[in-house]
Amino acid sequence: MDLSSPQAVERPLRVAILGSGNISTDLMYKVRREQSLQLIAMAGIDPGSEGLRRAADLGVPTSADGIDGLFDLDDLPELVFDATSARAHLAHAPRLADAQIASVDLTPAAIGPMVIPAVNGDEHRDGMELNLVSCAAQATVPLVAAVGRAARHLRYAETVSTVASASVGPGTRQNIDEFTHKTRKAIETLGGAERGKAIVILNPAEPPPCMRNTLYAEVDGLDEDLLAVEVARMVQRVEAYVPGYRVRGPVIDGRKVTLFNEVEGAGDFLPTYAGNLDIITAAAVRMARQRVAAGAEARV
Amino acid sequence: MEPAAGTQVTYLDTSLRDGSHAVDHDFSPEQVRRVVAGLSASGVRYIEVGHGAGLGGSSLLQGRGSYSNTELFDAAAAVIGDSTLCTLMLPGVGVMDEVREAVEHGVGGVRVATHVTEADVAEQHLRLCRDLGLRTFGFLMMTHLAAPEVVAEQARIMEESGAEVVYLADSAGYMTEQGVRDRVAAVRAAISVEIGLHAHNNLGLSVANSLAAIDEGASFIDGSLGCLGAGAGNTPGEVFSVVTRRIGLETGIDEWRLMDVAEDEVRPLMRFPQVIDRTSLVLGYAGVYSSFLLKAKAAAARYGVDAGDILLEAGRRGAVGGQEDLLEDIAFTMAQNREVPVATA
Repeated sequence: MDLSSPQAVERPLRVAILGSGNISTDLMYKVRREQSLQLIAMAGIDPGSEGLRRAADLGVPTSADGIDGLFDLDDLPELVFDATSARAHLAHAPRLADAQIASVDLTPAAIGPMVIPAVNGDEHRDGMELNLVSCAAQATVPLVAAVGRAARHLRYAETVSTVASASVGPGTRQNIDEFTHKTRKAIETLGGAERGKAIVILNPAEPPPCMRNTLYAEVDGLDEDLLAVEVARMVQRVEAYVPGYRVRGPVIDGRKVTLFNEVEGAGDFLPTYAGNLDIITAAAVRMARQRVAAGAEARV
Repeated sequence: MEPAAGTQVTYLDTSLRDGSHAVDHDFSPEQVRRVVAGLSASGVRYIEVGHGAGLGGSSLLQGRGSYSNTELFDAAAAVIGDSTLCTLMLPGVGVMDEVREAVEHGVGGVRVATHVTEADVAEQHLRLCRDLGLRTFGFLMMTHLAAPEVVAEQARIMEESGAEVVYLADSAGYMTEQGVRDRVAAVRAAISVEIGLHAHNNLGLSVANSLAAIDEGASFIDGSLGCLGAGAGNTPGEVFSVVTRRIGLETGIDEWRLMDVAEDEVRPLMRFPQVIDRTSLVLGYAGVYSSFLLKAKAAAARYGVDAGDILLEAGRRGAVGGQEDLLEDIAFTMAQNREVPVATA
C-alpha cells in the first residue's frame, strides 16, 4: 500500500467536519491539502464563529445547524470528523451510524475502539466509529508500544505530558481526571503495558512551550539493539503524519527505559507549540486517508 | 508592620508531606506515627501526611514511596486525636478515586493544588472534597510567577469551586516580603474565605514572609519541623511558633513541646542537614520549584553536568511543578551537546 500517492485513487472520499472551533478549523486546512479527501461541508452551531467564516471564505459549504445541517445536504458525507464535545458526540454517533456514515471522534466521548494510527491504524481503517482517545495518548502510546516490542515483558509504563496552558480548552480542564484515565487505559490496552500511569501538566510559560512527553518504562528481558530499531521505526510511522514528532534517548538504567519526546505542530491553523492538538487532527486525517487507500486496494 | 497581638493563626504542619521530598519519599508508618503523635500533643490541629507529590505522587517521575499513602494515613490516623489529617493532591497527577480512598483511611482535609494560573483544573476536585465533607483547601503553586491581580482571580475560582481556605505557595522560595504582601492583599480583597501561606526557605525569608502574610490578612501558615521539606525546606514550624509567642499571636500551640518534637523526632529523620546550600540558593534566585533540587543533583551526577546550570535552564524555560522529567532531559541534552559520553549501558 502506498499512502504517499493519493492520485492513484479514482474518487476522493466525501468528508465533513462537525464543529467550528479551533480543532475543526485546523482539521479543515489539513483535509483540504489531501487530494484523496473532498471536504463537502463544515457544520457548527455558532453562525458567528471564526471557523465557519474561514470555511466560507475558502468556498467550503457551511451550516450553523449542527449535525442537522449535514443531513440537509443533497449528498451525504461518507465520513464525519466530530470535533464538538463528548456530550454532542454521544447524540451524533447513533445518527451517523444509522446513515452508514463513518465517524472519526476527536471528542472525549470514547464510544468506539481506541485508535492510534501508528500503533493500530491498519486494524481499524474500515471502522465506522473511531475513538482518538486523547492527545497525550496519541503522542505517548506509540513510544510505549515500541518499548514493549523490544522487551519480553513491559511491566509498567508511565507518561508525563506537559502542554501549553493556552492549548488546553475548558472541556479538558474540567475533566482532567477522565483525560488521565483514558490515557492510562490506552497505555495499557494499546501500548501493552501491564500497568500504566498518565500524568498531565499544564505550563503557562511565555512563549508557550511545545508539547513535551517523557516515557518511563520498566521492562524485563530488554533487547537493546531491537529497542533502537523499534523506536526509530515508530518515530518514522508517526512522522509520516506529524512531521514535528521528535524523540531523544533511550536512556537505559537497569530495567528502566526513558524516552524524551517533543511534538511540534504543523501550524496549519493552530500555533506550532500546540503539538498536542496537531497530533490529534493529524491522526484524524490519517485515518480518513487510510480508509481511501483501503477502498482503493479493495477495488483492485 | 508586625501582625497585631491577639491575632488568631492556624499552623498546618507539612513535615510529613513536603518533608517526604527530602527523604526520598521513604517515611515509614512508625516514623509517621511518632511525629503525628508529637504534633497532635503539641496542639497542631492540621497535620499533612503523604508522598511529597501527594495522592498518586508515587511514580518514576517523582520517586516511588517506600510505603503507600494509605499505609501512612493509617499510621497517622491511629494517633492523631482531635487534629485533622490532611493530604495534598495535584489534578493531573492524582485522581478523585484516590481522594475517596484517602477518606476511608482517615483523611479529613485535602489540599487541591494547581499551578498559580490553572485553578480551573481543580474545580471538580474541590467540589468533590466539599461533597465528601472534607476540610477543603485550594493551593496555588509558584505564586511568584503571577501578578497579584492574577493570583486574586485564580483564588476566586478556587473559592467558587468550594475551597474554604486558599493557600498561596511560594514553591520556589523566591518571594521577598513585598511580593508576599502584594499578593496576599490582592487575594484578601477578592475572596472572603481564609488565606494561607506556604513558604520555602531558599532565601532564608520563610518566617518573615509568614508574618507579613498574617499582617495582610492570612490566617493559615504552613511549616515543617526543622524546615524538613523540598529545597531548603519550609517555614520552620518550631521557630515560627516561638516567634508568634513572642509577639503575642494566638496559635494554640505548645511551642516547647513542638521544639521537642522537632529535635527528638524530626531531626533524626534527616538524610542531610536541611540548610540553604548553594543549589537551594539557585532555586530561590531563579524561581525554580523546590522539589527539583534533589532531582537536579541526581541528573547532574549522572550526566556530568552542573546542577545549578540544569536549574537555571529549567527556570529559563518556565518549568512548573511536576516537570521533574525536564531536568533529566536538560542534563541529557547538555551532555550530548558537550559530546560527553552518556552513562547508558
